[in-house]
Amino acid sequence: MTKRSKSTTLVKKRKRNYDNKGLLFIAPWLLGFLALQLYPMLSSLYYSFTDYSMGTDINWVGIKNYIDIFTRDPYFFQSVKVTLIYVVVAVPLKLAFALFIAVILNQKLKGINFFRAAFYIPSILAGSISIAILWKALFIKDGFINNLLGNVGIDPISWYGTPGMALFTICILTMWQFGSSMILFLAGLQQIPYNLTEAAQIDGAGKVRIFFKVTLPMLTPTIFFNVIMQTINAFQEYTSAAIITHGGPVYGTYLYGLKLYEEAFSNWRMGYACALSWILFIVILLFTIIMFATSKKWVYYEDGGVFDV
Amino acid sequence: MSRKKSKLGVFGRYVFLVIVGIVTLLPLVWLFFATFKTNTEIFGSNSLLPSHFSFDSYIKGWQGSGQFTYGRFLLNSFLLTVPTVLFTIVSAISVGYGFARFNFRGKKVLKILLISTLMLPNAILIVPRYILFTELGWNNTYLTFYIPALLGCYPFFTYQMMQYFRGLPKELDEAARIDGCNSFSLLTKILLPLCKPAVCAVGLLQFIWIWNDYFNVNIYINSVSKYPVALGLRMSLDSQAAIDWSPILAMSLTAIIPCVVLFFAGQRYFVEGIASTGIKD
Repeated sequence: MTKRSKSTTLVKKRKRNYDNKGLLFIAPWLLGFLALQLYPMLSSLYYSFTDYSMGTDINWVGIKNYIDIFTRDPYFFQSVKVTLIYVVVAVPLKLAFALFIAVILNQKLKGINFFRAAFYIPSILAGSISIAILWKALFIKDGFINNLLGNVGIDPISWYGTPGMALFTICILTMWQFGSSMILFLAGLQQIPYNLTEAAQIDGAGKVRIFFKVTLPMLTPTIFFNVIMQTINAFQEYTSAAIITHGGPVYGTYLYGLKLYEEAFSNWRMGYACALSWILFIVILLFTIIMFATSKKWVYYEDGGVFDV
Repeated sequence: MSRKKSKLGVFGRYVFLVIVGIVTLLPLVWLFFATFKTNTEIFGSNSLLPSHFSFDSYIKGWQGSGQFTYGRFLLNSFLLTVPTVLFTIVSAISVGYGFARFNFRGKKVLKILLISTLMLPNAILIVPRYILFTELGWNNTYLTFYIPALLGCYPFFTYQMMQYFRGLPKELDEAARIDGCNSFSLLTKILLPLCKPAVCAVGLLQFIWIWNDYFNVNIYINSVSKYPVALGLRMSLDSQAAIDWSPILAMSLTAIIPCVVLFFAGQRYFVEGIASTGIKD
């Protein structure tokens, strides 16, 4: 109650100090937000209720696209399944590995800059077609990876031969790009006051215990940010599946991003693709809302929030 | 005893880091050496080094489609990327400054909107934007990248600049205003020179993102003469029934060299830049 009255007086005070010149500086973004983000979103919602395909008339069809997606589309549930597996496997593994490496790097070791750079490079090339091509070549039947395995007596693995292995190989590519998450964790770790861990040490806590009782809770804002961003990205993954496996074999890597792309830009079913993209958007939105809603229970904020408003 | 133990611990950590480092870099090292190999050597032998260094794959790969070489694709990539990066920097500075330093009507709501767009998936925008750009006649031009950059549609960077501006002491503003600066000269003369690290971070990251982008160029750009290197590579990959790997790998490596060079030139800014986003100071 007191907080509210305090903030209203603040607002009153501010009212006198409005400096609308600021609007001038943010005008480009305001225009961009309205024309290139809000308008496309709303028009997409509209198109999703039509049978629009490029160059034809637009006819209102109600929720037919949505019904078709859920009842008649032969590959919708397959692509949802594959995408969920990809998100649930690749994101946690990538983040856990990134965190693990960040914790090791955070101890005052010599040569940390070298390792940091080495681990970071793959992630700056993430999403590039060069890397997708490289992955395709590395894991090919008689490729380098199988040759290496052959050296230690392991029979060649058909990395792209079965749906499960193909998806796994794409997950490895995602995990390989753990560098940018690692940098974020490292920055988060460096912000943990030394006296906190020191105090725990004096109290007789072991290293493992300090990690779980002090370090990890202090790091939850960074973990929260990483989980949200990486998950949103993973839901939309496209390039690796499009270049390396073309969604195959037998739709085993038919990620949602690929399905969306094909409906829109191969079949030119714009209305249908818009319905698909709204379904994806709602799933991502729900995920984000749940994350934010539960964050009070597991994310430790010293002041304010992760996204500093 | 405990000293010995910790020394062993440090040694163990190094061994672990070196192993992870080798595993992480091995694919790129392999790519580098593979570009000098012949096709049979790429897949036949398991030695990392080529039996002899041959530049044939570069010469062959560079030809591209015959009509357009990789020289053209690389040039296109620069023409696409460099203005996009500059526009991103300008809009991020302007919008970031506006949000960080002014109290205007509706600021709080607008700021929440800006931050929400950080989480707005690109996938929801791509189809309607394509339709919009078709109506505007922008498809198959680089305007599809320039205009969103100019209008601050890369919220990640706007947010980053905003946070950086907020970290600069407000006393600077007061002193500058006493010296007769207006809002614009305060930005250009006082604050911007201090923003160099943030501007470099934004520029470098955006360069690499746009340069490496495949999803968007694949949608918006469709004539070969305008292909950036990402689409050139896709074309090389698709045009053959049996993939001629060594020229493609040579061009794949060529395509990422600008990014790797920039990374080493600006490593400091990368690390600072990425660390400054999402984490408040």
